[in-house]
Formats: sequence, C-alpha cells, structure tokens
Amino acid sequence: MNPYDLIFKPIGHSALLIEWPDQIDKNILGDILRLQSSIEKELETLLVETVNAYNSLTLIFHLPISSFNDIREKILKLHQVQFSIKSKSQRTWRIPVCYDKEFGIDLEDVAKQHGLTTDDIITTHSKAEYIVYFTGFLPGFLYLGGLPEAIHTSRKSTPRLRIKKGAVAIGGQQTGIYPSESPGGWNIIGNSPLLFFDPTQTPPCFAQAGDYLQFYPVDKKEHQSILKEVELRSFSIEPELS
Amino acid sequence: MKGFIEVISPGLLSTIQDRGRFGFRKYGVPVSGVMDEQSASMANHLLNNPSASAVMEITMMGPKLRFSTNTLIAISGADISPQLNGVTIPLNRITKVHNKDVLSFGKLNFGLRCYLAVKGGFQTKIVMESRSYFAPVTTSSSIQKGLCIPINNYESPELHLTSVKTDQSLFSQLHLPCTRGPEFDMLTTEEQKSIFNKKLSVTQENSRMGYRLEGYSFQYPQDYNMLTSTVLPGTIQLTPSGNLIALMKDCQTTGGYPRILQLSQDGINKLAQKKASDTILFTLED
Repeated sequence: MNPYDLIFKPIGHSALLIEWPDQIDKNILGDILRLQSSIEKELETLLVETVNAYNSLTLIFHLPISSFNDIREKILKLHQVQFSIKSKSQRTWRIPVCYDKEFGIDLEDVAKQHGLTTDDIITTHSKAEYIVYFTGFLPGFLYLGGLPEAIHTSRKSTPRLRIKKGAVAIGGQQTGIYPSESPGGWNIIGNSPLLFFDPTQTPPCFAQAGDYLQFYPVDKKEHQSILKEVELRSFSIEPELS
Repeated sequence: MKGFIEVISPGLLSTIQDRGRFGFRKYGVPVSGVMDEQSASMANHLLNNPSASAVMEITMMGPKLRFSTNTLIAISGADISPQLNGVTIPLNRITKVHNKDVLSFGKLNFGLRCYLAVKGGFQTKIVMESRSYFAPVTTSSSIQKGLCIPINNYESPELHLTSVKTDQSLFSQLHLPCTRGPEFDMLTTEEQKSIFNKKLSVTQENSRMGYRLEGYSFQYPQDYNMLTSTVLPGTIQLTPSGNLIALMKDCQTTGGYPRILQLSQDGINKLAQKKASDTILFTLED
C-alpha cells in the first residue's frame, strides 16, 4: 500500500493539481517523481506537460477536460502499484563555488549573525548534501532542501535590485544559486561559475528534481578558469552515480 | 524569398510572440506567448496563417516599422490607430504592403494590445521550440530600434477583402470568467461570495507577468502558510497585503501565495486588454 493519500483539485478546465501531505520531505518527492513518470507514459497523448513542486504535481492538458473522474481513477491505480517500484540511481552534481569575499558579499555578516567564522559557514555549507525539489522562480533556479539549521539566515530586510548571475545565497531555511541576474533578498555567500540555465542546450538545465547537489570551494583563480571554459562551452559536468 | 521589417522606433513594448513555450516549465521557464489569444488568432486567421504563427504584440503605444518586401498584413485587437504611409488602415482586414512602406501607430482608442500578423508569420529564431520573446531564454525582451525582423516575401494575387465581425465584448466587458482556485477555501465565507460582486480596478503595476488589482482588501490570516506550488497564467493569487494579483503569460512557474481563482482563457484575453484604472469583475463559470 502506498502510504500517501492524494488530493485532486482541478485548476480551471485543463489543469489538474495533485497534492501530497503538506511537508518538505524527500520520500514525498520520491513518490511524486515516480508518479510523474508513470503518468507521463500513461497519459502522454493528453498532456502538454507536468510540473512538480514540494508536495504537488500539476498536470497540464492540451484540451479542456469535462470531468477529471476517469483520469483520477487511473492515477490512483498507478499510485497504488508504484510503491514497490525501485527508485532510479541517485545522481549527485559537484558544484564549484568561490566563497571569496569579492563574491560572498554577505558572508561576514552571516557569520556574525550566527557567532561563527566565515570558514565555519563555508565548511557547513559545502559539507551538506542538497536535494533538488524542483525548479522555479527563474529559469534554472533550483529549490534545494538540506541546508543545515546552524546556518539558516533570515532574508535581508531590503532586497537588492541586482544580484549577480551565479550568486550562491542563503534565504531563511533555503540555499540557492541565481541562474541569471535578478533582484533578490537572500544573503550572498559565494558564486558558482557554472551555467544553471542554458537555452542553447537540451535540456537547458543539467540538474533536475530528485538529483543531489554538493558544493566544493574553489579559489578565485579556479573560478575564473572554470568560467572561461563554461563560456566556451568546453566545460563538461557529469554527475556521480550511486 | 526572405525579407524583413526594420524597426524605426520600437513603441512602448513590442514583442514577437507565438502560442508560447511548452514543455519547459519543469526548468522554471514561463510559458509566454500572446496575452490575448483571441485577437492574435484573428490576425493570423485573416491571412490564412496557422494559428500558432508568430505575431508582433504591440502594447499601448505602437512602433514605427519599415517593410523591405511585399507582403500582406492584418492587425487585430486594440485600436492604436494604425497607419500605412500616413494613411489610416482598418483593423481586422487584410492590408497589402509594398517594399519601403512604413507602418506606424497613433492614438489608443480602445483595448491595450494589438497584434500585427504578416503573411507566413514572423520568422525570428526559434529558441526552445518557440519564437516568443522572454529574456533570458531569448536574448531580447522587446524589439529595439534598428532591429531587422525576418519575414517572408509574398506577392499577392488580387485581393478579395473580406471584412470580419469582431467581438467588441473583449474590450468592453468587465466580467472575467473564472473558476475557483485550489486555495479558494482560505477566504472567509463572506468573501467567498463577495469576491464575485466586488468591482476591482487594474493598477499601474501591470505587465506580461501579472496584473496587481485593487479596490478591496481581503483578509489574509497572519499564520497562513503554504508550500510553494505550481501557478499558471490566469491564476489569481492573494498576497499578504490583502490584494489580488492576476498572473499572466510571462509569470513564474511556481509561487507561494494562495491561488484563489483561475481565469479561463477568455478571462485572460479580456484582462490582457485592460489597462491601469480599468474595472473588472470576476464571474464564476460553471
């Protein structure tokens, strides 16, 4: 038996929201992603696309659906049988981050708030393993779970109008990387030279929901050299499989 | 044979749009596409273009454009007083255009957005399966002075000008059809009724991403918290300030505010033609 009860809510006539319990939980994410992949196979001809978030999956249909009853029954059946299915192997992406104060403009401030040194913040941030729940907010912006509580830091009271592309930041209980220049209120602790969104590539993002991320510190020189390779599209990033 | 349209002046906000970019929301990429599908389809339909052909979406103040080739055009949607070589041309009709002709616009008479279709559709670069402008997916977010936009040459046979009847309610109707959103129940029992008879107005904060509405302040429970979830064009969110925001075609793929209502496509088309201080009223569809 699948332990999760699903709630179905239509959004208009051509989208259906499926909700899991109201929690940020890796096991829930696993269940969502398994159901997403079986729904995409089973209902392929009807679907434009599906989008997941922390505890939800939204199905977007080509045409208005007069009643979602049949679809709901089908999905519940898929959901019941899937629990025995083994998950795919885990992909972990190793992400270079330069925590130098040139990039990590809020690093000292964050350290002060926690009564820690900047090195403590860097070690804690780069030691942890993060899971990608979904991508949203901006193209290529990953919603990551797993920021150690010791470095949870409230957002800045006044958001900055311009945050550099690649900025690695902490906002409340979350950490993230700005894939393009954008306004934002998170505390910036470093910068990654990687491209988190590249419209010239298929797919445009290397990391997907369910993948893991780990940061490793690089110095300014290495940051610069990776950045050059990335710009020339000669830097290739491969996940570790386990 | 290829030709182009040269941008002499860009207008307030003129962009190339098709039906949108589908299949990439899982990467956080907005759908984009024409804001008012009904008017854009009309312009394409007049020229016998496939309905998904790329058009130019022109907002409030029109551009000045010079053609480098012969073709046919049609303009539908808002009336921004289009002129060809200084002579007024009608909306919702085919107009023959010659090499070196200049298309310009004037006063806004009704609506907010008009759609310029060219025979065969605009031939700008396809990025991630769509021609719709959206930075940083496409390099530009609107047309700029000096840009040459590729189109096809078209030598038309004698024209039989059919005039089409248009649906003026698109511009005059303040009722926006919608359904209840996933978090509709967070409204108080009274607000669940009053939301359908309170006239709201469009604020200055309106764009292709969304429209902020004002005129009534809804209760937002202080302890209300929801996990970020999917939002769609047409989703009406309640913000902690008590105001509603209607998300439009360039909206983010996810959001953390409760989704109170969902506009139908017809509702999105109508809202896309409203401008600051226009009045709207939500109407529940069956």
